[in-house]
Formats: sequence, C-alpha cells, structure tokens
Amino acid sequence: MTTSTPAAPPLTAPTSDGRVRLAAEGLRLAYDDRVVVDGLDLTLTDGSFTAIVGPNGCGKSTLLRALGRLMRPAAGQVLLDGRAIQKTPTRDVARVLGLLPQTPIAPAGLTVADLVTRGRHPHQSWLRQWSAEDEAVVAEALTWTDMTDLADRPVDELSGGQRQRAWISMALAQGTDLILLDEPTTYLDLSHQIDVLELVARLHAERGRTVVVVLHDLNLAARYAHRLVAMRDGVLVASGTPHEVLTEQLLADVFDLEARVVPDPVAGTPMVVPVRRLHR
Amino acid sequence: MSVPSVTRAPAATPGTPVRPQRTARTRRRVLGLVALLVLVVVACAASVAIGTRPLGLGTVWTALTDRSLRTEEAVIIWDLRVPRTALGLMVGASLGVAGALMQGHTRNPLGDPGLLGVTAGASFAVVLAIALLGVTTPSGYVWFAFAGALAGTVAVYVLGAAGRGGATPVTLALAGSTLSALLYALVRAVLVSDTDSLDAFRFWVVGALAGRGADIAWQVLPFIVAGLVLALLNAPALDLLGMGEDVARGLGQRVWLARTVGLVAITLLAGAATAACGPIAFLGLVVPHAVRTFTGPAHRWLVPCSALAGAVLLLTADVVGRVIARPGEVQVGIVLALLGGPFFIALVRRRKTTTL
Repeated sequence: MTTSTPAAPPLTAPTSDGRVRLAAEGLRLAYDDRVVVDGLDLTLTDGSFTAIVGPNGCGKSTLLRALGRLMRPAAGQVLLDGRAIQKTPTRDVARVLGLLPQTPIAPAGLTVADLVTRGRHPHQSWLRQWSAEDEAVVAEALTWTDMTDLADRPVDELSGGQRQRAWISMALAQGTDLILLDEPTTYLDLSHQIDVLELVARLHAERGRTVVVVLHDLNLAARYAHRLVAMRDGVLVASGTPHEVLTEQLLADVFDLEARVVPDPVAGTPMVVPVRRLHR
Repeated sequence: MSVPSVTRAPAATPGTPVRPQRTARTRRRVLGLVALLVLVVVACAASVAIGTRPLGLGTVWTALTDRSLRTEEAVIIWDLRVPRTALGLMVGASLGVAGALMQGHTRNPLGDPGLLGVTAGASFAVVLAIALLGVTTPSGYVWFAFAGALAGTVAVYVLGAAGRGGATPVTLALAGSTLSALLYALVRAVLVSDTDSLDAFRFWVVGALAGRGADIAWQVLPFIVAGLVLALLNAPALDLLGMGEDVARGLGQRVWLARTVGLVAITLLAGAATAACGPIAFLGLVVPHAVRTFTGPAHRWLVPCSALAGAVLLLTADVVGRVIARPGEVQVGIVLALLGGPFFIALVRRRKTTTL
C-alpha cells in the first residue's frame, strides 16, 4: 500500500445554488394497466432534503423508483441535471445518483467491507480497476458511518439498525450527489429510526448530499426533512416546508385523519397528534 | 446504535493497509485456489494412470513425453485415457461453472443447470434421434443433444418472458420445471413404445465419460471455452445482482445484459456438457456450495474455483467408477449421485444452509 494519502474524493460540502438536479415532468407511472401516478410534476433542487409522505398505496415508493430510473414512465419523463434519465447510460447515472431500496438484502456471508466496496462499482471498469482512491473512499465511508469495527462482520448477522448503517455506508462510498432512500426506517425500533435519520441528516448537512426519502412517520419527516411532498392516490397534493404542509386540513384530506398539529417540544417542527380516523 | 463510539481507529484512515481479517480471507481464497490446482493435476494423473489396466506413473510419463512410442500402453493412454481425461476436465468445469451461474442468477441455493430445460431438451432430442433416425453412437448424439439443449433453453426463455414482468429468475425456473416435466413425459412415451430406443438411450442417460473419443472433446471444446469466458465476464455483475436487481441497477449495472450473458453462458456450458456425456446430475448443485465455504459469495473467486472443483469432482468420480467394479466400470453419473448425496448432506449439516 502506498503511504501517500490520495487526493480527497469530492465529498466536501456543496454549493447549494438552488439549481434543479432532479425533475419529474408530467410523469405517469403504471403497472400494466393500473395507473399509480398520473400527471405528476416535481423539482428537486441541489442540496435539498425532501421527504415524500402519504398513505399506503399512494404511489410514493413508485415515484421514488421512477426518480431513480428503476421504473420506466408510461408517459412524461424524469430529468437528471436536465437530461432524460432513461436515455442516460445507467452507469453515468450511478455516478451522480445513488439509491437504497426498502429492506435491501445482502447475500449470505457478504461482509460489511465487501458491501461498501461494491458501492464503488460505477467508478470502475475493465480499464480502471480498484484504486487507492477507491480504498480510501471505502475506509472513509466506514469510519464516517461508525462501521469500521464491524467491517469484517457478515451483513446478514448484523442487527437491523447496523445493517441499515452498512447500506448507507455503501451509498456514501458510491459518492453520488443525490441519494434516494425508500423507507430506510422500516422494521426499526424508534431509537434506531432516529439513529438512521440522524445519519441521513448528516449526509445532507455534512456531505452536502441532495436527499430524497420516502417516510411513513410524519413527525420524523417533519423534524428531519426541509421539504415535505404529500401524495394521495398518485397525485401530488402539497409541497413545501413542514410547517406549510403538515396542517390539520391536509391530514384530513390526505390521510383521512382528524388530528391536532402542535409544535414539537424538542425541534419546534410540526407534530401530529392523532385524534381519530375520518371515514368518508 | 450498539456500536460504541470509539475513537477513530487508525486502520480507517485513508491509504493505510487493509485490515488483517481481510488479508486472512484473501489468504484462504488463494490457498483454496492453489489446493484446487494441485488437485486438478493429481486427478488428471490418476485418470490417466488408473483404469481396467493400471499403468505406473513412470509408464504414463514416458508415453506422454515420447510421442514416437507405439507400445500398447502408449496407445491406451493416447487413444483412450487422455481424451477421456480431457473431456472429464472440460465437462466437470462446465457443470461446476454452470451451477455457480445458475445459483447466482436465480439466488436459489438449489439452482442447478438442469433448471433451465437444458437437460430435458437434450434428452428429448437424443431420444428422437435414436427412435426416428437410428443414431446410436455418442458422436452421433452430440449435435442432436446440443440442438435440443439450445431449443429447450430458448423455449424456457420465451415461456418465462411471456408474463407481465418479462423474464425473471422465478418465471424462468417455473418455465424450466414445467417444460422439463413435459419433455420427460414425451421421452418416456417414446421409450415405452420402442424397446430398441430404450436400450440405446439408457446408456446415454446415465451420464458417462466412457466411450467418448477425442472427436467429441474437440466438438464441444469451442462451446465450452466460449461459455467459460462469458461466465468470467458475468462474475462481477453477479456480485451486484446478489443484492437484488434494484441495487444492481442503482450501482449502474445493466441488468438485462447481465441476465442475457449469464443465460447464454449457462446454455453453452450445460448444453455442451450434456451433449458430450449425457445428463450428469448433482455436480452443478454441489460444487458451488463446497467452493463457497472458502471463497464466500464473491463470484470473481467462486466462478473460477467452481470450474476447478467441478473438474476435480468429475475426474475423481470417474476414476472411482473404474476401480470399484473391476473389471467392469460404473458410469460417472451413477458414482456422482452416490458420492454426491452424502457429501451434500454433510455440507448442509456443517454450516447453516446458504441463503443466496
């Protein structure tokens, strides 16, 4: 190994100039004949932290899949830095945009270090094999997510919270400006949910990542994200700061929920206190 | 988090050497690879030396190095044992690699090259060749078997891709099982109605290296070489696909390309192996599991090591078959099933069954 430290990879804080990084234009998403999302427009600016919320089956995960070019739109398009994402070579996309599906699975025996190493795949080719820079990025990603001590442990033997950290570490090693996460807190207890969201928030604050996350928990979404996008039945109902979006009226309209919205005593962000379900 | 926030370990600073555990694993992999290479040489030597007529290693060496020799031993070695050994090497490697690819693509620990309809297609074509065209020699079967294997895979692919989501490992495996069941029923229908066909077919269907000359080895060699090259190219993609198609795509892998390359490689390898030797069960299933014990899930290691281990296992089984029933011999397909069963049970008992 070389002792000279390679040039630091581009992980430094960003210049968020409000430039649009990812945009959906007239997006229609369908599984066969069943239209899940229709006529949706959305723009995500550089350095933003957006949470997509909505009831089960509202199409938020489907939207995230389309934003991450995992799903081909039936109509409309997704633009990544102004280019149609479906027409951009997938490896080029993978250098700019990383994604974590809901509860991803690692093959048996795959260690944390191996998993994080695979995050470097988009930067490698037959001509450009594993480099000192890749090694440095992986080591740094492990350190930053506090996974160095667990680096040689198989991912399938970790606890749920540790496992999610390992995957986030992989996404960090991928070195993309944008990161899409689909319900990263699923199956985690509350303290591990906080742990994972703190990590995601640090990705945004310290690493300048543009983050889009699908979340179920409205209070956590309001606390961590700077912008909420609320969806119902495949339609974008509201978009704005947590204060703008999380109103009692919106909870009734989108979630069929009668609720009080009070300031979160810790963060001051809106906090939802449910009263009862509205039947209509 | 249950991870104690220790002060940053020096090992994690950029540019420092890799961690000791990682070096230990690399050493285990290299040791395994070297051991397999040695075993391949030993198995080849045994396969050339041991038979109905045992030959000393000295005799073997003289005959191999001095081509001008035309003693009886030299003739046995060059006309019978060397082609048989070469074929065993190729077929064993093919089946081992085809198994590793199949398990990798389907993420199914019970993945077997036969799953894609390769074996059933080959069997059906061979039985037709025997019953309708009166073909009775292994070199006559080869092209029919190969054509049948290709047709079987194409049919499975078309069936598997017919559904809404296109061809996925699950639909392919389902289509493969269905088509195999149908083709085997047709094979049996032909055999039941035609005793002569049954007689010829039963020698093909047990799977054997015996009676296959150098001509067959040469016929299948290009397909096996092409299949092995494609399999090696496919290995990095399989590592990504092991984390699910979404993650693989997210990391920039073109999934359809990886699937296509894998499918073509499996068809070439399993098709060529079946065409040359008849259906040989178990090897493709067992070998990748055994190899994974020291390579872990990394396909860059798993694929080449499965090739070597497959060759070792097939040659060993063939040699055992020549020894246990002297002066006759037991076909390698039967020996493998007998050896493979207990071996697989031991493997499953030793470590928790690998979920892929």
